[in-house]
Amino acid sequence: VSVQGRANFKILRDTSTLRNRKSFPTSAPNTPVSKGQSCPTGNDAQSSNGTSAQFSSRLSDRHMCTVLLVLVVGLSFSTRLYKITEPPHVCWDETHFGKMGSYYINRTFFFDVHPPLGKMLIGLAGYMTGYDGTFPFMKPGDKYEHHNYWGMRGFCAVLGSLLPIFAYLIVLELSRSETAALIAASLLIFDTGCITISQYILLDPILMFFIMAAVLSMVKFNQPFSASWWLWLVLTGVNLAGALGVKFVGLFVILLVGLNTVWDLWRLLGDLSLSLVDIAKHFLARVVGLILFPLFFYVTVFAIHFVVLNKSGPGDGFFSSAFQSRLIGNNLHNASMPEYLAYGSTITVKNLRIAGGYLHSHWHLYPEGVGARQQQVTAYLHKDYNNLWLVHRQNTQSPTPDLVRHGDIIRLEHKETTRNLHSHLHEAPLTKKHFQVTGYGNNGTGDANDLWQVEVCGGQKGDLVKVLRSKVRFLHRATGCVLYSSGKTLPKWGWEQVEVTCSPYLKETPSSQWNIEDHINPKLPNISLSVLKPHFLEILLESHIVMIRGNSGLKPKDNEMNSKPWHWPINYQGLRFSGVNETEYRVYLLGNPVLWWMNLASLGLYLIMVAVASVALQRGFSLKHSHVLMRGGGLLLLGWLLHYAPFYTMGRVLYYHHYFPAMLFSSMLTGITLDILLKSADLLLRPPYSDWLQRAGQLVLLFTVLHSFYLFHPLSYGMTGPLAHEPGSSMAGLKWMDSWEF
Amino acid sequence: IGRHTVSRTNTLRGLNHSPGGELPLVVTAQVDLVLVLVSLLAFWTRLSRLSYPNAVVFDEVYYGQFVSLYMKRVFFIDDSGPPLGHMILAFGAYLGGFDGNFLWNRIGADYPSSVSVWSLRLLPALCGSLCVPLVYLLTLELNFSHLAALGAALLLLLENSLIVQSRFMLLESVLIFFVLLAFLSYLRFHNAPNSSWSRFSWLLLSGASCAAAVGVKYMGVFSYLLLLGVASLHTWNLIGDHTLNVCVQCVCRFMCLVVVPVLLYVFWFYIHLGLLSHSGPHDQLMSSAFQASLQGGLSRITQGQPLEVAYGSQVTLRSSASQPIPCWLHSHRANYPVRYENGRGSSHQQQVTCYPFKDVNNWWIIKDPGKQKLVVGSPPQPVRHGDVIQLVHGMTSRFLNSHDVAAPMSPHAQEVSGYIDFNVSMAAQNLWRVHISNREAESDVWKTILSEVRLVHVNTSAVLKLSGVSLPDWGFRQLEVVAEKLFKGHSSVLGWTVEEHRYGTSQEQKEREAELHSPTHIDIDRKMSFWAKFLELQWKMLTVKQEDSEHKYSSSPLEWITMETNIAYWLHSSTNAQIHLIGNPVSWGVANLSLLAYQLLAAVYLVRRRRGIKDLPDAVWCRFSCLGCVCVGGWVVNFVPFLLMEKTLFLYHYLPALCYLYVLSPALLEHAHTHLLSSAIQRQALGVCVSAVLLTVFLSYRNFCPLTYGSPELSANQLQGLRWRETWDILYRHR
Repeated sequence: VSVQGRANFKILRDTSTLRNRKSFPTSAPNTPVSKGQSCPTGNDAQSSNGTSAQFSSRLSDRHMCTVLLVLVVGLSFSTRLYKITEPPHVCWDETHFGKMGSYYINRTFFFDVHPPLGKMLIGLAGYMTGYDGTFPFMKPGDKYEHHNYWGMRGFCAVLGSLLPIFAYLIVLELSRSETAALIAASLLIFDTGCITISQYILLDPILMFFIMAAVLSMVKFNQPFSASWWLWLVLTGVNLAGALGVKFVGLFVILLVGLNTVWDLWRLLGDLSLSLVDIAKHFLARVVGLILFPLFFYVTVFAIHFVVLNKSGPGDGFFSSAFQSRLIGNNLHNASMPEYLAYGSTITVKNLRIAGGYLHSHWHLYPEGVGARQQQVTAYLHKDYNNLWLVHRQNTQSPTPDLVRHGDIIRLEHKETTRNLHSHLHEAPLTKKHFQVTGYGNNGTGDANDLWQVEVCGGQKGDLVKVLRSKVRFLHRATGCVLYSSGKTLPKWGWEQVEVTCSPYLKETPSSQWNIEDHINPKLPNISLSVLKPHFLEILLESHIVMIRGNSGLKPKDNEMNSKPWHWPINYQGLRFSGVNETEYRVYLLGNPVLWWMNLASLGLYLIMVAVASVALQRGFSLKHSHVLMRGGGLLLLGWLLHYAPFYTMGRVLYYHHYFPAMLFSSMLTGITLDILLKSADLLLRPPYSDWLQRAGQLVLLFTVLHSFYLFHPLSYGMTGPLAHEPGSSMAGLKWMDSWEF
Repeated sequence: IGRHTVSRTNTLRGLNHSPGGELPLVVTAQVDLVLVLVSLLAFWTRLSRLSYPNAVVFDEVYYGQFVSLYMKRVFFIDDSGPPLGHMILAFGAYLGGFDGNFLWNRIGADYPSSVSVWSLRLLPALCGSLCVPLVYLLTLELNFSHLAALGAALLLLLENSLIVQSRFMLLESVLIFFVLLAFLSYLRFHNAPNSSWSRFSWLLLSGASCAAAVGVKYMGVFSYLLLLGVASLHTWNLIGDHTLNVCVQCVCRFMCLVVVPVLLYVFWFYIHLGLLSHSGPHDQLMSSAFQASLQGGLSRITQGQPLEVAYGSQVTLRSSASQPIPCWLHSHRANYPVRYENGRGSSHQQQVTCYPFKDVNNWWIIKDPGKQKLVVGSPPQPVRHGDVIQLVHGMTSRFLNSHDVAAPMSPHAQEVSGYIDFNVSMAAQNLWRVHISNREAESDVWKTILSEVRLVHVNTSAVLKLSGVSLPDWGFRQLEVVAEKLFKGHSSVLGWTVEEHRYGTSQEQKEREAELHSPTHIDIDRKMSFWAKFLELQWKMLTVKQEDSEHKYSSSPLEWITMETNIAYWLHSSTNAQIHLIGNPVSWGVANLSLLAYQLLAAVYLVRRRRGIKDLPDAVWCRFSCLGCVCVGGWVVNFVPFLLMEKTLFLYHYLPALCYLYVLSPALLEHAHTHLLSSAIQRQALGVCVSAVLLTVFLSYRNFCPLTYGSPELSANQLQGLRWRETWDILYRHR
């Protein structure tokens, strides 16, 4: 019976194509008109009307369609660009992303947990609009003064303005109903959260732009092997790569497109009118367009990133020695230092794990209850004078520089605190099976537990230790364990640096291998070292591992209210973008609660409607809108789930704004759901009354959206004066939840 | 195929009216001898010499302590699983007359003669042996032949790891038993003709087994969900059927598979709480109300306290947070240091802390800010939600105070102190508003033990909060108490309950001190409803985190597939006799191969069907996909979740998933035999191969028997020979 329902649908589609042909006689008869151009009425009763009446109605519909689109575009741009330069100071994360945009203009290397595309675009926008990269973006609240910041904000706002338009087009494509599309678009246009997040120098508008563009081009490509089909296919690929290039959250939209593509291929496979060759062509086209091409694009973005950022900067320490030698201004760039490790040298020692950190110590002691109460030894990712160590002989200071050889026993003295690198049979702070490593002794006098045997990996007794190029292990003489960096982050007492232990397991892993990075010895001649330049793919891999480590290292801090995923759909708590006090200009990122709760309610409504519809279909009834509901709505629901559910499994610190991509899908789903709900009025009432009910419902909806926007617009466009719980405030009486902080 | 079913017909002659007529009473019995045989073998392999070794083996040391607590009826919390499993083990101990007097302190400790080891291990071993016939029947219910069923039963029978896991006081075999029973009875139900109503008893059995499986270990949830999935798929197909009364069918299934299991699951807790009525080591983790419901412990102290807190009441205030440890609001004659180590200044007023031990300094008196007296009036004037009070420390008479001074360890919060007037223009700010978070009405009275209150500071609207940080030496390492300005949402660190309570009668300080030192005693009994106890216990079990300890024999899920690691369960105290959890490597290989083969085959079939080529008749295809749903699905749901877990995992967590594969392998072979191989020669070759594989399975079982049963003792060389993988850890004793 469901087959019959689908057949009905096909017939309806066919008549619409027929109508299209009549209204566009110029189009070639063999190529059906692209669906994107048509603007179907959604009113199937018209298909039986006379030709001339139909023609004029088609024409007015088309007219109407253009008018609506223009309206959406106008409203969208005007709401986002209004007061774009307010407030004229750094807001919230602008301090990061604005700064990183400046780094691109200054070509300084930095490290961030997100891939580079978003920040590159911000930098480009700033560059094009005359920003010179000199503003320091020190902290939120800093005044921009004469700096040209509007270009970067404007760029983000323009991308943000495109979101409602894309939503309109996507929903139109999925449901073929302007009402649904209009509902979805207006939900986004008048959402204060969407407006706020689009108006500042952030990655989110860029990310959401790519996500929506990818979905739009995905739903558009459905006329196999035509020119527009190829165009949309390639565009889908580009946007996927773009989304991933901005933030790793882009993976979710890739998953969405991937699942949709698999589903599509499976449908094609079941189409017995296609030959296997055709299917192979389809398959290959998608492999090229959706996998190879985006991969190429994504890699290119990184290539540009590495080419542009060629100066040493704050991110150097996160990367390996070889990587650093690429950066102008880094001490390893065209390095010249004594080639072989010698006694009496001052050195830094870097762990060979990717993002391994330098062997580090500082005046602070291990707290009570964590091994012996001696000085902490950690691994630290930033360059710092506390990373410097002196190499000594076992006992006496030797006057002449003598070279260290494989198998020698040495003592490493921390230059700043004059403690020796020391280990003993206490358990390590985090890795309980390893031994603790501490700084011990004073002015170089310690005990027998300060002695370490140097071993070059793959070397023999007597081999010299090459700076930068040798992999070295440090074996503890007394216990036989090996100096090891576990990669676990110490708690607050250890300043969230990385744990260093002495591992009794002598397996050769990068965690237990170190290299000598800096090497200062005035008594030895400096020799220019051409360190092996790393291959591009090695850099790519390394930077990804560093980014992923950084991401998972963003753990929620104590005393900080952290946002939970279940807070988001109920709009539990927003984010302060600017200002706290009564005197300040305050902007608060919070979705329009009426719209968000409507979204939440329609999610539930959608599930109920699908359940009812599928039971009805299974029982053999046919429903008019069930295909749009299940296919179109299902795609959007999947999009929402993919952009929301994974956050429940993430260990990293989460913020409210992570929900916005999911919220886009949720709003589009609301459009379809409410539209079908209103159209289903004819199940209850007879024709003239059902139409009235439908119109009335649409009007109420429109009024609700506009009025709620009127109420909450100060959240986005700035509030000054008393806070909301006082009667004189512009937001008086609107603090509906205690957790909102405006 | 039916050759193996030998039917015996016994006829009994009853009372005949007419000697030449038909037999009026006939009993026909069919006995599947193969089934009987494998069952007997299973009992033999699992039950023989059960009390050897007469020592604590591996996790018996863990489960044993709970068995002892059951015997003594002492309350405990175990976060490793729901109580049914523990109760089954305890039931075995009860049958053997175990009195709970054994110290489970280390693996390898010898049992004294008073402990009946055999009965402790009996129930898991019985469950383990019954798994073999269950698998046999399950294969039959999946519509495969008796030969395939025999194959599955043999694979299970000769699996060393399952034998080891069954023979000791452990829970995996019980879990597997219930899971298999649930699937078997569900399939029985599904295969029975639609008309018979008696088939719903099978469904009921299936629901009950699901509840039991979940009740033994949380892991059972995965299999339960799979079964629900399969059942809802079947029910969904039913909806399209116009010949049936769909509503009734759906409701019946829902009742049997959802409602009954949930009720039964709660019922396990009902028994659990009914059995454990005495207070014990884990009391502190529970709320005061819960503790008061246990005999001994808190209830002995709190029995008969006045219920309503009134002005003049003397109380101890317990923090609702159980992290880091439960504690009481406390103060003592010591001031905050003028300057902290980091140079920050303090108010130098009296310290207020949270102290994890009972102490006379935990007593506070509730005072009406408008009056001077510290005794309860007659009639007592109860404190209600929203009332403003002052809290006076019983022993030092200092008022609980907070002000805009940074707290010692959490500088973002306000310091809380016992107010001392140093004449430094720092006025007392000692008014607190009582906010009862679990009130039923706006004017609810503050009740002992039952009410959870927040104390909101009137001047700053900060909330009294346990920060959870330990103070340094000057604060005697007690826990810091602060007032937090940012008051957001619900959190247990903000809540306080009155635990001990009495009406104060003495206005004079000296008398009052004497009063505080005396114990509280009046007689009223307070009960907590079962549902409240159940919810609290379940919530605590899910949230109490034991520290994640690495274990020498822990392994990661991906290592299980290739059996990278083993677990040493027991080593004889003087000889080389030892027991290891090592699977039968040949069977594991067969299982992995069949998993791979099924997936490949299914993919090929699916694609070809999609292209309109039907290799299999619909009935066979249906059987094939059902096999995949149950077996491959079962493997997936019992394996994949572990990849996402951060717990310490062991090889035995893989055993349920493995059992599904043992059902899969012979069924897949039968499928290949009947549908893939066309010529007689190929079929014969397959037969020969299968026999050879079975023989090697048996040989490798024999080979590892000494490590499974712990006897006979092997020499170091022989042990070396058994170390088939480099990564296996087999112990040698140097003599």
